Amino acid sequence: MAQAQEQARTESQAHVEGQQHPIGIYLQIWGWLFVLSAGSYLVDYFNLEGYLRWSLILVFMILKAGLIVAVFMHMLWERLALLYAILVPPLLVLVFVAIGALEGDYTFLTRLIFFSAGS
Amino acid sequence: MAQPALTNTGELLKRPDGLQGIVADWSSDQRAFKNVPWGKAMMWIFLLSDTFIFSCFLLSYMTVRMSTTVPWPDPSAIFAMHIGGQDIPLILIAIMTFILISSSGTMAMAVNFGYRRDRAKTAVLLLVTAAFGATFVGMQAFEWTKLIVEEGVRPWGNPFGAPQFGSSFFMITGFHGTHVSIGVIFLIAIARKVWRGDYDHSKPGFFTSRKSHYEAVEIMGLYWHFVDLVWVFIFALFYLW
Repeated sequence: MAQAQEQARTESQAHVEGQQHPIGIYLQIWGWLFVLSAGSYLVDYFNLEGYLRWSLILVFMILKAGLIVAVFMHMLWERLALLYAILVPPLLVLVFVAIGALEGDYTFLTRLIFFSAGS
Repeated sequence: MAQPALTNTGELLKRPDGLQGIVADWSSDQRAFKNVPWGKAMMWIFLLSDTFIFSCFLLSYMTVRMSTTVPWPDPSAIFAMHIGGQDIPLILIAIMTFILISSSGTMAMAVNFGYRRDRAKTAVLLLVTAAFGATFVGMQAFEWTKLIVEEGVRPWGNPFGAPQFGSSFFMITGFHGTHVSIGVIFLIAIARKVWRGDYDHSKPGFFTSRKSHYEAVEIMGLYWHFVDLVWVFIFALFYLW
């Protein structure tokens, strides 16, 4: 009985206190975000080209976004029910990206044919 | 009004984890998001919808950039600044990025001190975050002025190349800048409430009359980190690509 009350109390306390983590982890993530941003800026500064440039940009972008969502927005410590509800739907955007890319390519080719025929 | 008597229903069941936990949380005929105050769940759902809005902007930018036969202007050169006798590429945008990341850092610390019930530190950190945000908007205003007045960039054309550059640029950064500006106002409002001690005394809210709580700082933080998150994507896909 006492144990049940104890459990209920700690659980309600956990709810009241909310996300409680040591300050150090935020400072660490802050530092990493600076490093990663500097990295993506250097990609431009050193004028990297082609697939190397694009892949580096995407890698830095995804790492930064992941750190922000996981630690700063506390997704790491949320229950999976919330995590999946929020993070799965944006994946559908990738389908939209594929459709947009197909459409963009098609428009580009049509324009090439049309404009070269005109001149 | 008399308080209804509470019945002790005994030991709390342990919540299952993993996939079983998702099924249990969603199917228990109660609220799906346990352990999360409704305000936080609502903010997350709002941010999800905002994600789709920004995705649509970035997607349309992708399609117009892929489909134009005119070369796309080089952001690296357009956003360069002349410092110390030489042009440093994209430096203005890089500084803006670091400012926004720093503001995210101070915001995360504000949330943390809020839950520690350290009123003064929370309020100060919130105001520092707001100051970083305002600096960011100020630099954006500077960037827009330079582009519109000096370079003559318009939504329908510009001297550098593909005309779609202007419309994409103004739409995407304009919408993001609006979010930052709203965030700064939001931050100042929350900082005032923290400073006044609303969250320590569970003061009833202005609109809802619900008890105020330090969760409000975390919900504010979610919005602010989201603004930073969107910038990560804009910086990578629009400025660096």
